[in-house]
Amino acid sequence: MTDFIPAFDFHRIFVDPWTQSASNFGWIVVMGFLVTTACSLVGNYLILRRMALVGDAISHSVLPGLAIAFLLSRSRSSAAMFIGALCAGVLTTVIIEVIHKKTRVKQDSAIGIAFSTLFAIGVILISLFADKVDLDQDCVLYGEIAFVPLEPLATLGGISLAPPSVVRMACITFLTILIIVFFYKELLVSSFDPGLAESMGIRATVVHYGLMALLSVVVVSAFESAGAILVIAMLIIPGATVSLLSNRLPIILFLSVVHAALSSILGLHLAIWLGCSIAGAMVVMAAVLFCLAWIFSPSEGLLQRVMRSGNFKPSDETSTLKIHEPNAAPVSNI
Amino acid sequence: MQFSQEMNAFFQQTGKNRKPPIPGFCLSIFYSPSSILHLLFRRASIFYLLFSILFLLAESAHAAKIGDISETRMGEQALRFFTFQDASLRHALIGSILLGITCGLLGSFIVVRRMALMGDALSHAVLPGVALGFLWSMSKDPIAIFVGATLVGLLGSATVGLITHTTRLKEDSAIGMVLAAFFAVGICMITMIQRLPTGNKSGVDKFLFGQAAAISEGDVRLMAVVTVLTVLLISVFYKEFLVMSFDAGFARALGFPVRLIHHGLMLLLAFSVVISLQAVGVVLVSAMLITPAAAAYLLTDRMKRMLWLSAFFGMSAGALGAFLSFLGNNLPTGPFMVLACSVVFGLAFLFAPRHGAFSRWLRQRSRSARVRRENTLKSLYHVLESRNFRGESVTMHELAEQRRETVEDARCQALQLRRHELATLHEDGDEILFTPAGWQRACAIVRNHRLWELYLTNAAHIAADHVHEDAEKIEHVLGEEVVMHLEKRLRYANKDPHGRPIPSLQDVHQETRAPAGSKELAGYGKKD
Repeated sequence: MTDFIPAFDFHRIFVDPWTQSASNFGWIVVMGFLVTTACSLVGNYLILRRMALVGDAISHSVLPGLAIAFLLSRSRSSAAMFIGALCAGVLTTVIIEVIHKKTRVKQDSAIGIAFSTLFAIGVILISLFADKVDLDQDCVLYGEIAFVPLEPLATLGGISLAPPSVVRMACITFLTILIIVFFYKELLVSSFDPGLAESMGIRATVVHYGLMALLSVVVVSAFESAGAILVIAMLIIPGATVSLLSNRLPIILFLSVVHAALSSILGLHLAIWLGCSIAGAMVVMAAVLFCLAWIFSPSEGLLQRVMRSGNFKPSDETSTLKIHEPNAAPVSNI
Repeated sequence: MQFSQEMNAFFQQTGKNRKPPIPGFCLSIFYSPSSILHLLFRRASIFYLLFSILFLLAESAHAAKIGDISETRMGEQALRFFTFQDASLRHALIGSILLGITCGLLGSFIVVRRMALMGDALSHAVLPGVALGFLWSMSKDPIAIFVGATLVGLLGSATVGLITHTTRLKEDSAIGMVLAAFFAVGICMITMIQRLPTGNKSGVDKFLFGQAAAISEGDVRLMAVVTVLTVLLISVFYKEFLVMSFDAGFARALGFPVRLIHHGLMLLLAFSVVISLQAVGVVLVSAMLITPAAAAYLLTDRMKRMLWLSAFFGMSAGALGAFLSFLGNNLPTGPFMVLACSVVFGLAFLFAPRHGAFSRWLRQRSRSARVRRENTLKSLYHVLESRNFRGESVTMHELAEQRRETVEDARCQALQLRRHELATLHEDGDEILFTPAGWQRACAIVRNHRLWELYLTNAAHIAADHVHEDAEKIEHVLGEEVVMHLEKRLRYANKDPHGRPIPSLQDVHQETRAPAGSKELAGYGKKD
């Protein structure tokens, strides 16, 4: 068992990384922070619109987009990848909507069908062409956050700045923040009250597809450097955590950035301790933060409930009722 | 100092994986790079052919390749498949079929209960359980992994329930949370196992995408047990499951142990997910649950038939997936099974007799064609009415004028009427005459229209100049019984709000052309 879980050594885990190879770990943390920030900002809106699992679906289904873009362009240029992923992302939303609207299959099944089909196509494409395509080395660097420090630094005017993927991700994160600031009102209104948005002259479908496109862009750029597990988790966990803590959207957005920062730093240290996948550890820390919020949240934490009611027990009645609750906000009309 | 050595080792270890010249980027985004290499080393030139047929992406670069494909090799493989000479092949095939049946049956229940993504959550959540089971026995012992995975899967589904009713998070967020968090824990544990001296050969990573060829005899036995259990439980408690799925409140009122049934279903679901992991992989198990059941859902309205269909689809997809993956020299099995399911769903989506998109489109088209015909009949009636039913035939010109369209369009409409034997054409197609059926239909439509107008003005007190548009729509929909009822409520009035006569029921059934009673004009389809 000591093999499996190494001894906890404060110095080795918390001090050494910053004194001995700060540049390596620094970039990993920065990358993790950028990815989680971008994902959590978009994710907040997904949760508000009850589309949390659409994010999950899109992050699976960009795979064939990436593969086809790669096969057609025969290069790994970011532009081709972006276009491929964007198309795949929008295609997923369209498929979900068509299945959901044209048949009596419900939205959850439609999501499951859409993403699994596209993902399967992606995996098959890749395994078919696996031995055909020759790629340069840094192809394989895709998708593992631990490789970020290995990239040659991008230079600007002779000064080395940062690993290129970090620069790219920083641009995307900045873009996300800009879009959210710029279209704050539209996103807010259409997320909470599509009817009001329509009456204010905000085109709900445009906002919907815009958000999906933004989601695809964030997902694919985060994929390149951080791996899917981090993306999927960070689309949901920060938003879910902070929605337990506040009712105000600006505070929610701010807190989710804090959540992103905390989980990426703590996750790195967890990974160093256990020697496991860094992205995985970041998600685990994010989930731990969720559990803390779940227990200690001042408004609706478990602890608060216990103290308030004295005899808190979950009743199965509500759970079955919830399961059968008709889906109040179908994805299509958002 | 010791630390930086460790760091170096860490980066070297990860750096090792940079070697293979493969687009690992796409898959390694999903999982730690070392875990997916087994996928990528397959020689699959055969599949260029299949692929280009499937996706129409035949690039010129591959054209040369197609010639190289050894038909014999594919044939040999197929022969080997159908003679079942390999034990491992037999296991793979039987296993795939069994899991297809189990997933299909259970999937039906979760699809109709709108819990489809519970399957997704479960399948991701079992990963830490797989790792725990491996750690427990330090080998790929099916039983240990089965127990570990089932327990953790149930923990996952319980967590979803707990989150949804202790917080205000919706079920989809809760499912996403559990899915991601448990999966991340699983990934961490698997990377930790791979760090162990024995871990590298564990094969735990095969659970991500599935490899039917890795199914052992023990696995097959386990699958058989689970399948039998599922079939048995579903057939014994069919009524309970059925009522639960469609009306939980009613089930409770009947005194069914609703909670027990729910947890029983979850347990079976966890079982089915766990036995499918080996062949389909964590990521795609949920598709085996959802897709066959959704296809069956489009094809029938009866739960029993849906269960049969769904099990059949699951079974065939399982067998097909195993076959294709074997043909391609052990390509990953899961994606092929899922794609087979998706094709079935796509066909059902398009061509299902009642719920399919294509048949809906056909129905809609025939409905709008009928509406057009009825409008033409009505125009003919109006023309005749405007000259007090004197003369039998209507010229194309009159019809076109009445309908405010060109003579060509009017002729098209008239031809449509003739095709449906509602009218006949004379004088080189320039004059139209009602057939008895056409006359009856025209009377009925006009009658519907005028009665409805009258009803709107008299009963709903809408101004007479506002009722026409509404009546234009409803005249095609009203049934005979409703019309008779309307007539009764309007006390058999015979004038509409605009003062024109309403054809009576007698006129409709009379088969004569002139409601004014001008019997001498009888005779249809022939010119005087």
